[in-house]
Amino acid sequence: MVESKKPLLEIRDIRKSFSGVMVLNSVNLNLYEHEVLALMGENGAGKSTLMNILSGNLKRDSGQVLINGEPVDIETPKDAAEHGIAIIHQELNVVPSMTVAENLALGNEPKNRYGLIDKKRMRQDALDKLSPIKASIDPGQMLGELGVGEQQMVEIAKALAQHARILILDEPTASLSKGESEQLFRLIQELCEQGTGLIYISHRMEEVFALADRLTVLRDGHTVMTKDIAHADQNEIVAKMVGRTVEKLYEHPAREVGAEELIVQDLRLESDGPAVSFTVHAGEVVGMSGLVGAGRTEIARAIIGADPHASGTIRLKGKEFRFKSPKEAIGHGVAYLPESRKTQSIFPVRSVEDNISISSLDQYLTPLRLIAKGKLRSDVVASMESVNILKRLQHTPITNLSGGNQQKAIFARWLLKDSELLILDEPTRGVDVGAKQEIYELINDLAAKGKAVLVISSDLPEVLGISDRILVVRQGAIAACLSSQEATEESVMSYATGVAASQTADSMASGTN
Amino acid sequence: MKSKNMDWASIWEKVGMPFVLVLLVVFMLIKAPNFGTMSNLFNVARSISINAILAAGMTIVIITAGIDLSVGSTIAVSGCVAVLAAQSGMNPVLAVLLGVLVGAIAGFVNGWLIAYCKLAAFIVTLGTMTFLRGLAYTITGGLPIVDNNLSFRAVGNGYIWKVPIPFVIMIIVYLVVWVMLDKTRFGSHVYAVGGNPEAARLAGINVKRVLLSVYVIAGVCAGLAGCIFAARVVSAQPTAGTGYEMDAITAAILGGTSMAGGKGKISGTLVGAVILGVLTTGLVLMNVPFFTQQLIKGVVIIIAVLIDGLKQNSFSFNLLGRKTAALSD
Repeated sequence: MVESKKPLLEIRDIRKSFSGVMVLNSVNLNLYEHEVLALMGENGAGKSTLMNILSGNLKRDSGQVLINGEPVDIETPKDAAEHGIAIIHQELNVVPSMTVAENLALGNEPKNRYGLIDKKRMRQDALDKLSPIKASIDPGQMLGELGVGEQQMVEIAKALAQHARILILDEPTASLSKGESEQLFRLIQELCEQGTGLIYISHRMEEVFALADRLTVLRDGHTVMTKDIAHADQNEIVAKMVGRTVEKLYEHPAREVGAEELIVQDLRLESDGPAVSFTVHAGEVVGMSGLVGAGRTEIARAIIGADPHASGTIRLKGKEFRFKSPKEAIGHGVAYLPESRKTQSIFPVRSVEDNISISSLDQYLTPLRLIAKGKLRSDVVASMESVNILKRLQHTPITNLSGGNQQKAIFARWLLKDSELLILDEPTRGVDVGAKQEIYELINDLAAKGKAVLVISSDLPEVLGISDRILVVRQGAIAACLSSQEATEESVMSYATGVAASQTADSMASGTN
Repeated sequence: MKSKNMDWASIWEKVGMPFVLVLLVVFMLIKAPNFGTMSNLFNVARSISINAILAAGMTIVIITAGIDLSVGSTIAVSGCVAVLAAQSGMNPVLAVLLGVLVGAIAGFVNGWLIAYCKLAAFIVTLGTMTFLRGLAYTITGGLPIVDNNLSFRAVGNGYIWKVPIPFVIMIIVYLVVWVMLDKTRFGSHVYAVGGNPEAARLAGINVKRVLLSVYVIAGVCAGLAGCIFAARVVSAQPTAGTGYEMDAITAAILGGTSMAGGKGKISGTLVGAVILGVLTTGLVLMNVPFFTQQLIKGVVIIIAVLIDGLKQNSFSFNLLGRKTAALSD
């Protein structure tokens, strides 16, 4: 039905690399009027980069963007708007402390004859702009007082008012309730009927199948599939999303698994949220997989007391704890390596030694409560050796190290502390391949020493390569618990995206297999 | 280019300010009459003590990326309380300790509001600065209360083997703070909280308690400085310490403490305080008019901020570099 028409937006062979790393490598995509095109792909497949190129935030290295068959140059966000391209990002681009009308008029405020803002007209304009989205929103209300769904509606209204014909929605339902999502879907269908072309980025299969006319899958910066949704099959999509050759990065020695180190039972972050139960044994590496935003970090933060939780029990070596702060958790042998090295792990201007020793100072106090620097230094050096950081870097500011070395230094922090349970949140993010391999070896060593290790990772081959068991988290709940034998990239991705139905709670909670 | 920049910055940080101090002293020895005499040097030592003690506390606060504007007013309140207590017959040692305690309480209120109520340090201490000044006027009735027989006057005017007591107290304060920042767990935690509070919390540091403590320490320093001030002028002065918080901040920043937090050395602050003291005394000896002195000191403050700004710029330049790299993830 659509093949005969000229595409509204055409992307031809777009390439983009950052400091030598190819992020987009020949991306091709067509979008027609009156259609919803779903764009899918794993984390890091290049969706965001592509969107940033279309919105004028990034410049492409090569390739063409055509609108109505005409090649265009999109250099700035303003260019994008002039070409009728609007993007609704996951994180909304609104000013919460201003009214809806002010937000809609932002940058283009109507003026009266004295050169002051014409409030009356601004309100009327706002009503006009809000009418296509058919939501009863008061223009005089503070935007921050609206729900996320309504804020999103306002942003869509703003885009439409700027005559957007190409509307790109990036994971729009990520933070919406069910009712809000349904309202959004109705609006999407209406816009589609009016002729707008929509690109819908989502990980959620059911939404894609309900909304989209066609589907394009990106993997490692390539377009790997484009199909009418009527001919598409969920398992095929998942296979296309993950189907890459697995590198020989991982060594998975056979391990003797010990006693239960951590037992989480019916943990609820919110009182009406899903209950989470799982176990990690001493000497075991448990992987925690799932899509970004599935709630993995939130579970980890609740366990270590970084954030409060509503209910549930957490047992360490059989003893129940409810940590009120990370300090308490660390005191009981729990280490947490945070997701974001830059903002949550490192102390930027401090030396490598200071960064490593910060959590272990209690162990090095003299009777006068001073720090025994000599002993501390030799132990820090030993921990640096075990993570393979050169000794001469001991007094260097940590920010002078590469990302991989910084992460290894944070590992050394917890080796020095000698924790029993290590929760590693995206331990290899932003780390080069060499350091990755070293980190996998460290994880193996820790397990061999009888430590319990929980690894949160969005990197599927990594989770499959290093874990004894894999927990798949979806929408805050554990959707599956797979043994390393039964887990494949496809099966994990199926559970993560909701293609495969959840296992029953009994088979999940059961232990070692 | 970036590494060259870093090198310049690190060399400047190590020797820049001591070098400026040496130049300044040499200049004053040549130009200012009587600058090099023993009595004048002790005079300089005495006059820098109060600011240096304030600056020691201020340095710890600024390392946590905070600020304490209330220390000048604390000087007045604690000084007045100590004088009134001594006048009413309290043991002089206890009277001074009471003054210090008043400073600690003021610091506790600041710290509690900042750490546990999560209010901005600038606003909180701006408020307590005004409140404490008002309190000083209230307890003195608005006028100085002079007591020529003040029991603890030695704290401001006495000598130990020809060395002025305020200077001795200052040296003790600096030794204590140096040990605290450099040799104790608390000191490491102060730097960590200032450098990255979220990372500090996740690394197992009680961030709130660290923040509360640094304001108490700043308050104690201010209380001590208040008693020295009162002893020197043998009176309870409700206007004592007006504007001193700014000199303390200047000394800390001249000494290399970064307003962005996480960075600073107490030895640097001492150098900064001595530079300010030498400058002030030298200009007086050179008969530079008061107005001109203000001009010169103003320029010095701007230069200090400029140096801090340059350092921060190279830091944010780094961040920017990493930010673009992060987009590729």
